[in-house]
Amino acid sequence: MPRIVSITLQNTDAARPIIEAITEDNPGAVVHSFPGIVKIDREGSLTIHRASVESRIGRDWDPQELHLSVVSMAGNVDEDDDYFGLAWAN
Amino acid sequence: MTVEIKTIKVEPRRQTFGHIARRLGADKAASRYEEATLDVQATANFHYKPLWGADHWHYDERRTAIRMADWYALRDPRQFYYATYNIARANQYQATEHNFEFVEKRGMLGLLDPAWRETVAFYLLPMRHVEWGANMNAAMMCDQGYGTAVTAPCIFSAGDRLAMAQIIGRIGLALDGNTGSSLDTAKERWMTAPEWQGLRKLTEDTLVVKDWFELFVAQNLAIDGVLHALVYGRFDAEGQRLGGTGVSMLTEFMSEWFAEQSRWVDSVIKTAAAECPENKALLSGWFAAWSARAAEAAAPLAARVLGEEEARGAVAEALGNLTARAKTLGLDA
Repeated sequence: MPRIVSITLQNTDAARPIIEAITEDNPGAVVHSFPGIVKIDREGSLTIHRASVESRIGRDWDPQELHLSVVSMAGNVDEDDDYFGLAWAN
Repeated sequence: MTVEIKTIKVEPRRQTFGHIARRLGADKAASRYEEATLDVQATANFHYKPLWGADHWHYDERRTAIRMADWYALRDPRQFYYATYNIARANQYQATEHNFEFVEKRGMLGLLDPAWRETVAFYLLPMRHVEWGANMNAAMMCDQGYGTAVTAPCIFSAGDRLAMAQIIGRIGLALDGNTGSSLDTAKERWMTAPEWQGLRKLTEDTLVVKDWFELFVAQNLAIDGVLHALVYGRFDAEGQRLGGTGVSMLTEFMSEWFAEQSRWVDSVIKTAAAECPENKALLSGWFAAWSARAAEAAAPLAARVLGEEEARGAVAEALGNLTARAKTLGLDA
């Protein structure tokens, strides 16, 4: 049975480029807008690429900065210098 | 009894300002940079032409020979507006302060080879006058330029120029034990030393360039491209084996700034050159003239610092790198 991973971000100026990067890089991701927050679901896995966010905000971006915008997430986290991944690993 | 909490989702009537939505082609959330930049400058209803320049309107596209269908195509890849610019610079300046403390605490300027110490005072300290000229030029570009997308970063860069002049002034004070005598000597050299006269003439000539886009190419691409590469690159490298590490730490802001500013300069020139062949020809001509002048003016200073032989190679290399950079921007160089 496929399992859904998800990440919920605040709907802020800082998070919008990240949301855009996620929807661009992860085909099939479903975006739900709630008051003040945005929840993104995808089957299997979801990856946020550093380069993809950087190209949108025009400066260096550390995937750790993601945590300033995160409200909640579901999935096993795989954090690296160049990406932040969510998946159900087992 | 159970309490059921419900949220009601209220759709905002619109996501951004009307003029931003028209530009983005849809009513979607815009970034702060876009909202603070796009179509901010007034374009009509000026009533009277200014007394100080009655041949143009206050904001007038005709103040340069460069033509753009949309001046807001010249965006800043760094996406600087007031907040992002200040946050970025505050962080950099904090690092600079820290470096000054570090160098002072360890007496690192005392490790300079005495002859090289004199050379540093000779090539670095008068640079504050070059930066002051560049500050005037950047303010002029902001004043005469068209469209907030390009004029806002111009005034930011004017601020950066003063910051760099100030850092150089502080290095002078660190070198002369806070008496200021080294800065007086530097001013004297700027005015009279033969090695500096070419650069002083170059700086003074840019102050009277009428076309702000020509000035943009002259200052930001040609002069910076040659001078920053030499002073903070080649000269600095030369000082490494002569105890110059402290100087490198104190001028770190400049190298970092130059790399960052170049991203903006490149993007503006690339976009303008791609607009039409006339722009490309103008920009190429300006670049060729000003880069050759900058290299020629910097040569005597380089010779004083590196020696005749090595200086020729260093200036040729700086000019070669700059020309290669101009080619990637679509100029005929």
